[in-house]
Amino acid sequence: MKTMARRIETPLREEIIKTLHAGDEVLLNGIVYTARDMAHARLKTLIEQGKNLPFEAVGSVIYYVGPSPAPAGRPIGSAGPTTSYRMDPFVPVMFKAGMRGMIGKGPRSEEVKRLIRESCGVYFGATGGAAALLSGSIIKAEVIAFDDLGTEAMRRLVVKDMPVIVINDCYGGDLYQEGIKKYSTMGKS
Amino acid sequence: MRELDLYEITRAVRELSIEANTVANPDLRIALEKSLDKEESPAGKAVLHQLLQNQDIARKERIPICQDTGFTVVFLRVGMDIRFTGGSIQDAVNEGVRAGYTEGFLRKSIVKDPLTHPVNTNDNTPAIVHTELVPGDKVTVTLMPKGGGSENMSRIKMMKPADGTAGVKDFILETVQAAGGNPCPPVIVGVGVGGTFDYAAYLAKISLLRKIGERNSNQEIADLEREWLKEVNRLGIGPAGLGGRVTALDLFVEVFPRHIATFPAAVNIQCNAARVKTRVL
Ligand code: SF4
Repeated sequence: MKTMARRIETPLREEIIKTLHAGDEVLLNGIVYTARDMAHARLKTLIEQGKNLPFEAVGSVIYYVGPSPAPAGRPIGSAGPTTSYRMDPFVPVMFKAGMRGMIGKGPRSEEVKRLIRESCGVYFGATGGAAALLSGSIIKAEVIAFDDLGTEAMRRLVVKDMPVIVINDCYGGDLYQEGIKKYSTMGKS
Repeated sequence: MRELDLYEITRAVRELSIEANTVANPDLRIALEKSLDKEESPAGKAVLHQLLQNQDIARKERIPICQDTGFTVVFLRVGMDIRFTGGSIQDAVNEGVRAGYTEGFLRKSIVKDPLTHPVNTNDNTPAIVHTELVPGDKVTVTLMPKGGGSENMSRIKMMKPADGTAGVKDFILETVQAAGGNPCPPVIVGVGVGGTFDYAAYLAKISLLRKIGERNSNQEIADLEREWLKEVNRLGIGPAGLGGRVTALDLFVEVFPRHIATFPAAVNIQCNAARVKTRVL
């Protein structure tokens, strides 16, 4: 049955990442930064121009999300993951800047998986569609850059026991591939 | 002739926008609960529990089920004995979307000028409006906020007539397999076959307006729906793509006559946050 989820603190340290394996349930605690398509495009430009970044990149975890607006009394609206493959082209430069972890949904490219191994990173999956639930683990949210992008602005979140699962670990483990292989009955009678 | 102020359309769209995005339909809830019995993967089961819990939180706290509150697609079935007063239908619908998405704290996800100026319109307009004239003096307003993640995994294929039923099945399986965990499974698979290039996609889209478990009224098509759903669930993708038995909650097929030379097939993927609400005016 359900294994116990482990509490992990951000920023991520290499010793911790090395203990994570595909399929591990994790409760994330600490600071997580949000960025999706447009914010990544702008971060890439800043990094390439050698400019200062609007976030503490070293050991950072980036959450691919565009939250809904916060109603009165909540730090943020609903905030589930967006599909990660759209951010694949930005992963090399983000790793170069110091990022270590990503949270999203859906499979990554072969290149991203290779970089996760080589840079000792980790890709976490959050449940797509469970946005109201995930919002409950966000205790603080503030826009730190690209305010003009609305939902796509970059935010600094403080999360408490955010439920995620390790999809790609630094040893080449891939929960999507392993899980589907285990349960597919295609080609079997 | 019955006169209807277009303000009534605006009001319905405003209310349906908020309701659709925050209150899950009972058929979806029941389907997710039932799928708990079928799911063997522990990780898959955990995801299904999360999705049910998520619906409860959204309803109680009046926040969106999913942060992607979609492209607002509105289907109007307009009775021919109605005369509208007070402006244009498209404007009335957009006004409703603007009000609902603002007052309901729903996400604004539409950018203007997709090629040249992809700047957010900041009110989720324009909506996509499909209008159909029907007998009578009522208007049925159906609203579907359609998420981008599942829309991105949808496909259309101009097949050969020789490809036949087996070809459509293969195309569906290829599409769902390639989508993997991207469109937030368990999904609902909408299939449109026949008509023209555009009409097949429309058929796939309107198939998703059905309630889960509702079969096509044509027996042969209904049998194909059952068979193809079974096949899709052999793919092993499972909830959130983590591996499992429940990849799709249902599969709907809508058909239309086709040209002797063409065989269009469209697959429109709907996600676990399947949101559809209807009101009759
Ligand atoms: S595909 Fe559906 S459930 Fe997933 S993020 Fe988009 S709208 Fe939400």
